[in-house]
Amino acid sequence: MAKEAEAETREYAYFLGCITPNRYPGIEAATKRILKEFGIGTQEMIGASCCPAPGVFGSFDMHTWLPVAARNLAIAEEMDLEIVVTCNGCYGSLQEADHLLRENTKLREKTNAILGKFGREFKGTTKVNHSIVVLHDVIGLERLKEAVTKPMTDVNVAVHYGCHFLKPREVRGHGSSETPYILEDLMQVTGAKTPEYKDKLMCCGAGGGNRTADSVQSLEWMRQKLVSAIEAGCDCMVHPCAFCHLQLDRGQTEMEQAFGVFFNFPILFTTQFLGLAMGLSEKELGLDAQTTTMPEKLLK
Amino acid sequence: MGTLYDELVDYGGEVFGREHLETLRECVQCGKCTGGCPSGRNTALRTRKLMQMALLDLREEIFNAPELWFCSTCYTCYERCPKGVKVTDIIRTIRNLAAKEGHMSVPHRMIGVYVMKTGHAVPIGPDQMKLREAVGLDSQPPTAQKHKDQLEQVQTIFKTTGYDAMIDFDWDTMTLKGMAKK
Ligand code: SF4
Ligand code: SF4
Repeated sequence: MAKEAEAETREYAYFLGCITPNRYPGIEAATKRILKEFGIGTQEMIGASCCPAPGVFGSFDMHTWLPVAARNLAIAEEMDLEIVVTCNGCYGSLQEADHLLRENTKLREKTNAILGKFGREFKGTTKVNHSIVVLHDVIGLERLKEAVTKPMTDVNVAVHYGCHFLKPREVRGHGSSETPYILEDLMQVTGAKTPEYKDKLMCCGAGGGNRTADSVQSLEWMRQKLVSAIEAGCDCMVHPCAFCHLQLDRGQTEMEQAFGVFFNFPILFTTQFLGLAMGLSEKELGLDAQTTTMPEKLLK
Repeated sequence: MGTLYDELVDYGGEVFGREHLETLRECVQCGKCTGGCPSGRNTALRTRKLMQMALLDLREEIFNAPELWFCSTCYTCYERCPKGVKVTDIIRTIRNLAAKEGHMSVPHRMIGVYVMKTGHAVPIGPDQMKLREAVGLDSQPPTAQKHKDQLEQVQTIFKTTGYDAMIDFDWDTMTLKGMAKK
C-alpha cells in the first residue's frame, strides 16, 4: 500500500476563464505545477468560454449571463469532474449560476432550452471549487508546509481576498466575510507574516464594469488600498483572483500614467507565492513577465 | 406597467426568486450600505439614496444616473445591511432594466463584442501566446477562441437571448453598428 498521505489521485476540470490563460499564464502554470506536485491533475475544458464576468454580464443581461455560465458548467459535467478556478470572477459567476440553476426548476428548463440547441444540458452534477480552497482543504496545511524549501520568514504579506471569493456568504460558504482566514493560513505555512492593514477587505476597484466605466476612478480605490498595505509595512500583496491581478499589477502602470507615481508594489497570485516558497523560479511562475518586479527578499 | 419596484421584482425575481428582490421594501434608510461602500468613498454613488430612488419610483433619474455604473458589485452592503436587503443584486437588476432601454456605454458594449467574436472578454493575441510558451504552456489554450464550433455555441446563446440586438452588434462586421473601420 502507498503511504496514506498519497491517498487517491484527484482530477479537476480546470476552468481557465480569460485573464489567467490570456494575460497571466504564469498563474495557470504555477497552479497546474503545484497541484500536480501533490498528485492532483488538471484536465483542460475544451471549448470553455468567458465565465462570463458576473458583475458585467450579470449587470447587463442576466438572461444571457446564465446560459453562458451554464454551458461552461455543462462541459465539466460531461467530463464527470468537479471544477477548479483561479479567478474570483469565474468562481463568482459559475458558483452563483450553479446555485441558482439547482434551486430553480423553471430557470433550469429555460436555460436548458437554449443549451439544447447545440446538444448540451445543465444537470447540476459538478461542483465549483476555488484553487485556494483545494490547497487549504484538500492538500492541507501540513503537506504544504513539508514542501516549503525557501521559508519566507522575513516577508510581510498583505493578503487581499477580492470580493467574490467570500461574498455573498450564503452562496460561497467560507464563513465570515469580515474575518476570513484561508489566505492567512496559506501564507503562514511559508513562515510569512500577514499584518492587518486598513483597507484589507476593500475591493480592488475593477469589478462590476467599474474599471470600464471610469478607469481613473477605479484606479483611485486601488491606490488607497496599496498605500494602506505599504503603510502597514507589507512587502507584497498576495490574492486569489486573476481579475484582481490584472487591476493590481497592470493597473500600477495605468496609475503611473494617471497619477504620476509608480509604486512597483509586487503582486502575486497565491500559487505564485507558494511556488517561490517551494523553490520554483521567478521565470517558471511568470513573475518575470509582469508589471511589478519581485524584490530580492522573495527570490533569495 | 407597474412601478419600478414591481418591474424589479418581476424581472429579477425570475432569476433570484421574488422574495430576494422584495427585500427592497424592508429598507429603513439607515445608511449602513453607504457607510461601507468603497465606491461612495470616491464617487457620487450613494447606495442608500439609490435604494430610496428605486422605492420612490424615480425610474428615469435612476436609469440616467452615471453613478449607477460605479458599483463594483463588491457585496459589502449586501452582507452588512441590517434589514437583509439584497442590495447588490437589486443594483444589478436595476442595471439590467436600464441596459434594456439603451443606457449602456460604448466601452461596456465592447465587452460583449469581444465575447461574441472570440468567446472571451479578454481574448488572446500573439504577444500573450509568447508569454504562455515562456512558462511552458501550449501557445493557445483549448478554449472557445481556439475551437470555432465551440465559439458558435456561445454565439447561438447571444443570438437567442437578443444580446446582439441589445448592444447593436453587427454580425457582418463583427463589431458595433457604425464602428467598423472603413
Ligand atoms: S443598509 Fe439596508 S436598510 Fe440601511 S439604507 Fe442600506 S439598504 Fe436600506
Ligand atoms: S456592492 Fe456596490 S453599492 Fe454595495 S458596497 Fe459594493 S460598490 Fe458599494
